[in-house]
Amino acid sequence: MLHTPTTEAQACAVVASIVEARVPLAIRGGGTRSGLGRPDNAVSTISSAELTGITLYEPSEMVIGAKAGTPLKLIEDTLASRGQMLPFEPMDHRALFGTEGEPTIGAIAAGNISGPRRINAGAARDSLIGIKLINGRGELVKSGGRVMKNVTGLDLVKLVSGSFGTLGFLTEVTFRVLPRPERVVTLIWEDLADEAAVALLSGALGSPFEPMAAAHLPAGIGAEQARTLLRLENFSASISYRAAELARLLKGYGRPELIEGRASDVLWREVRDAAFFAGTQEAVWRLSLAPGNGPKATGAIARSVPRARWFYDWGGGLVWLAVPTEGDAGATAIRAALKPFGGHATLVRAPDAVRTAVPVFEPLSEPLMRVTVGIKKSFDPEGVFEPGRMYAGV
Amino acid sequence: MSAIAFPAPDAGILARRDSILAGLSRLVAPDALITSEDERRPYETDALTAYRRMPLAVVLPSTTQEVAAVLRYCSEAGVPVVPRGAGTSLAGGAIPQEDAVVIGVSKMNRILEIDYASRIAKVQAGVTNLAVSGAVSADGFFYAPDPSSQLACSIGGNIGMNSGGAHCLKYGVTTNNVLGVTLVMLDGSVVEIGGSHLDSPGYDLLGLINGSEGQLGIVTEATVRILRQAEGARPVLFGFPTSVEAGAAVAAIIGAGIIPVAMEFMDKPAIEICEAFAHAGYPMDCGALLIIEVEGSEAEMDAQLARIVAIAREHGVGTVKESKSAMETAAIWKGRKSAFGATGRIADYICMDGTIPTGQLPYVLERMDAIVKGYGLRVANVFHAGDGNLHPLILYNCNDPVEAQKAEDAGNDILKLCVEVGGCLTGEHGVGIEKRDLMTFQFNEADLHQQQRVRAVFDPRWLMNPAKVFPLEGRIAA
Repeated sequence: MLHTPTTEAQACAVVASIVEARVPLAIRGGGTRSGLGRPDNAVSTISSAELTGITLYEPSEMVIGAKAGTPLKLIEDTLASRGQMLPFEPMDHRALFGTEGEPTIGAIAAGNISGPRRINAGAARDSLIGIKLINGRGELVKSGGRVMKNVTGLDLVKLVSGSFGTLGFLTEVTFRVLPRPERVVTLIWEDLADEAAVALLSGALGSPFEPMAAAHLPAGIGAEQARTLLRLENFSASISYRAAELARLLKGYGRPELIEGRASDVLWREVRDAAFFAGTQEAVWRLSLAPGNGPKATGAIARSVPRARWFYDWGGGLVWLAVPTEGDAGATAIRAALKPFGGHATLVRAPDAVRTAVPVFEPLSEPLMRVTVGIKKSFDPEGVFEPGRMYAGV
Repeated sequence: MSAIAFPAPDAGILARRDSILAGLSRLVAPDALITSEDERRPYETDALTAYRRMPLAVVLPSTTQEVAAVLRYCSEAGVPVVPRGAGTSLAGGAIPQEDAVVIGVSKMNRILEIDYASRIAKVQAGVTNLAVSGAVSADGFFYAPDPSSQLACSIGGNIGMNSGGAHCLKYGVTTNNVLGVTLVMLDGSVVEIGGSHLDSPGYDLLGLINGSEGQLGIVTEATVRILRQAEGARPVLFGFPTSVEAGAAVAAIIGAGIIPVAMEFMDKPAIEICEAFAHAGYPMDCGALLIIEVEGSEAEMDAQLARIVAIAREHGVGTVKESKSAMETAAIWKGRKSAFGATGRIADYICMDGTIPTGQLPYVLERMDAIVKGYGLRVANVFHAGDGNLHPLILYNCNDPVEAQKAEDAGNDILKLCVEVGGCLTGEHGVGIEKRDLMTFQFNEADLHQQQRVRAVFDPRWLMNPAKVFPLEGRIAA
């Protein structure tokens, strides 16, 4: 059964009735990312489709608030009209999942959905400053607020961001925003092997010239030649200066090409959305690790998982990995290969049967699992919200 | 002052003190256990010195394993624990109680690893904030959060309070700069949360631990982000006729798409106090001062400053004074960062820490002035203007109990005002004991109960830093 409340009060009533009936409840925004996490076995669904609208926008305070079902596009267009943007460049999963519909701002918060800018400007959770959420007692709970500096009480905002709906139904979210840069350019070096490319990115990220995004696309990912990308965002005069300084600093890697405008935007959208893996039958993994370890980890994976291909974002700290869907989609081999290097692997795209059998998120240590189960219970004592979405039994 | 209540000490624990001390002595090196009254005295308060309680004992472990052994012991013996970093909390976050054991991390002060390729540093919790930057500054790096107490305060304490600082407008606060922690839980189990990568699997426990005020466990190690220093940094002083023009200029600068690395505000009383102390060359003929810092190459700073100066002129700025040397820059920041200490030279004070939406600045400044005058007291204002984090310093004489009470009442009225206009009780200092009883002004029962239920997952018996954050009445456990 699909519930589409139009007010917070209605949503509370829906949740209360679901809790009383102890029915597993799925949460739906725009439905463009419902393939994230483990498949749900929900009987009922609550949709944020009728909870829409911007509730607060103060450009001079760099803050925007909206009902959870508000289309992301409306948020981004509204911000753009005042020369601002969300700081964390949220990924759009439609290409990767082959889904349609409009992503919502609530899902950005619930899934902690970030993109290439995350390495410099923080994740969605770092910009999320306030939430309203209906917990598994049917209570409307608020945490945070509309100011960016706020340490009043436990930070439930962070806990809910990235909980994929398992802790409750978000009704309203508030984000801090940033000015859009005057100019954006991308520097591209060609033909570098992974180790050299990540060393280049490390050198740039450790320089005073503040690259806002840093990626490496090995040969065969979107083009024949390997491409190593640095994106600069700033006032125009600074861009010219910083691009020249970076080229000088990194001259040992060859001369970069400089692109901007649409060509640059399109390229980074492909990186952000892992669009290189769109439309294939491969399973797609997302590995987060110390940037310096990126190429070592992919080297180890290549030795144990046949036909793996990958690219790097976050200066080498994020590896997007595509592997054949056979068996456990490489889960055992990938996690074993990653072990010596730290970090963790998330299975982003795979058939439902695989995502049911294989832990989608890195398994937690026993004490952390105990805490996780406890936190779930503290929000959702009857276990109705998205049961099993993140971990079996949670 | 005695307005803030402490729970009555547990007589059973006090009676068992000898056996508890004997138990602790078996777990740590002899010099790590402090029992004599004289040696416990320095631990009876923190930077909220109006309140003090003598702890049962103080333990200063040297290793994570020792912390784990002590926590497990206290948990099994049912003895409350008060974690302590450097004891610089302005909110009373580290003030003990008579039946509690203080666990201090000050001996755990080693920098464990620096990795420039991945731009991280791994440090023990007792390392001071400034020491992290100190360890990497020769290579051109720094650790971004910079609370005014950074010379003394510890990374463990910073994580406990989610500390901020003057430069977080651009670089974020502690929670945005910590990638991993080693956390000892109450039962003595040791867990790694996060690491040297971004965005850990599962619930964001790292985000929950930051700012949890020592109620969920004790952090013994942390992996933090280190950043490359800008090519240069230059603070500029802008003297405005009144705070109204200064506030409008701040909004206009941000509205123009400029995020300076810092925007600090001082009103006239604060300017006078800080100038007398630091001789920073602050303009004395203005009603409000902004310190705006820009970063980059010389040419970049010139260009950005030209824009900022143009905006400031539109808003009636009187004096514009750029730092011309590293010495002047140091003096400008010394004045601002020693505002609390300098104020302490002329009077006793309590320091508030509310945050407001910046658009409310002129209204709030006017109302604050009226509130404090209404109690017959004086106030000096310093704050982080870019993010609306206020630090009104209410001046009073601590030897006069009536005046002390008035100061506390005025502070509470100011914090209620912050909440009323859409802000919060505390922006970067934490709740501690100081704002504990005001939590109900910001949160309703459902909000507070949800927080307490999460807290109870880690500590169902309220043994960890128990007198803090949540009102003593109406608490719920597991």
